Amino acid sequence: MNVIISVIGKDRIGIIRDVSTFLADLNVNIVDISQTLMGEYFTMIMRANLEKSDMPIDKLIKALREKGESVGLDINLRSEDIFDAMHRI
Amino acid sequence: MITDKEIFETMGMVRSQHLDVRCITMGISLFDCISSDKEETARRVYDKIATYAKDLVDVGNKIATMYGVPVVNKRVSITPASLVGAASGGYFEIAKAMDKAAAETGIDFIGGYTALVQKGATDKENAFLSTIPEALAATKKVCSSVNVASSRAGINMDAVKRMGEIVKQTAYLTREEDSIGAAKLVTFANAVEDNPFMAGAFHGTGEADKVINVGVSGPGVVKAALEQVDGDLTAVAETVKKTAFKVTRVGQLVAKTAAKMLGAEFGIVDLSLAPTPAIGDSVGRILEEMGLERVGACGTTAALALLNDAVKKGGIMASSHVGGLSGAFIPVSEDIGMIEAAEMGALTLERLEAMTSVCSVGIDMVAIPGDTPAEIISAMIADEAAIGVINHKTTAVRAIPVYGKKVGDSASFGGLLGRAPIMKVSGYSPLKFISRGGRIPAPLSSNKN
Repeated sequence: MNVIISVIGKDRIGIIRDVSTFLADLNVNIVDISQTLMGEYFTMIMRANLEKSDMPIDKLIKALREKGESVGLDINLRSEDIFDAMHRI
Repeated sequence: MITDKEIFETMGMVRSQHLDVRCITMGISLFDCISSDKEETARRVYDKIATYAKDLVDVGNKIATMYGVPVVNKRVSITPASLVGAASGGYFEIAKAMDKAAAETGIDFIGGYTALVQKGATDKENAFLSTIPEALAATKKVCSSVNVASSRAGINMDAVKRMGEIVKQTAYLTREEDSIGAAKLVTFANAVEDNPFMAGAFHGTGEADKVINVGVSGPGVVKAALEQVDGDLTAVAETVKKTAFKVTRVGQLVAKTAAKMLGAEFGIVDLSLAPTPAIGDSVGRILEEMGLERVGACGTTAALALLNDAVKKGGIMASSHVGGLSGAFIPVSEDIGMIEAAEMGALTLERLEAMTSVCSVGIDMVAIPGDTPAEIISAMIADEAAIGVINHKTTAVRAIPVYGKKVGDSASFGGLLGRAPIMKVSGYSPLKFISRGGRIPAPLSSNKN
């Protein structure tokens, strides 16, 4: 399953490292990243693939949210299907 | 490839504009539960619902998590109980079995304590109608509906008369809770067989064994989109269409996924703008965003017609099967814009009636004085039925004569059902008209003027 992960938080050194290391430990394969700075806020959108991850998606969502909270980031993961459904015919 | 802008748009819809899937409703056929023994029928009804809907709440929650979109209610609709219980006469037992199965499975509501008497009622159906007040008073999650008219059959005025009395009696039996029983009872004209919304959901006789129907929502999303529109009403309609398309696509995705996970048929997506009492989730506010000072002002019917039509045009291509009640809902107690407008007198019952000629579904969740005579409620039903029958659309009345309350008071129903000011009803008597009974013939469908 392909997923979209959004990361929003106050800019600082090591955000990409924090998130990508956490995902790597869970065998989540990042296939695309874009990031931008909006004022003092860092926003990142990742496209990832869960094929190699053993963790069910609901547990992964919870784990990411908790990880985000522990390092001051708002991290959300959703199935890519909802974005495709809404924005592509 | 999805762009970042599109991703943020979707996230914004969920986070700040209340985009949700209002309900996943599993329709279950209960024809195979019929027996001549009351207890046996009730046991079969319980067993089948509890088995089929066992995973419904869990699946709804899983889908909500996976897509990041709340699924507010999980519901079940059944074959009309008046049919399932006809052989045994054990209607009340079926209501209890429905409620027990609803509690067991953790669903929010169960609909289908229903009779279809648009042309006439059998002795059994008349017996069933008599059980409605007690069944609604004795259960928590059971919803009831009665179809009293259709464009093919006309209006069964004997049934209309009965329904006024049944609504009153239901309100009386649940008087300790602001007559909430009447909030779970709807009287239809042209009822549809695949409606996922309560209180009127039932599983039609032409339906498959296990079907998933999904009701989408999204007044907040439409309102937010219109806030960006400074153009004319063509631009307004185009914006509503585009937004409705996106909202409905989410409903279609959820419906297909839920059907697959539950091993059920995908039935329909109901293209609805269903408000909730939450701030920012109001159909009334959309009409105000279009340029009305308050919903209820002159222009309200026109604005609502534009909205309702654009929602359907936008949604229709987004789903492979559209059905149910599809349209903008105007339940007064469930919409903060409507509540406020009714409280200040901007929105009257007469205006609401006019609005129902261009939208879904009818005089809905309207609290009226507790001492309103039964024949006046029957006459309200007859008026709505006439609008539905003549215009070939579904209409309904869910009026709540709140026991012990009068105009100026307020009733509170809790949760999605919200709160409502008691609205003024014309006190002039329709008693002789309603007492005549009989049938209003089916209308001509040509020479339309």
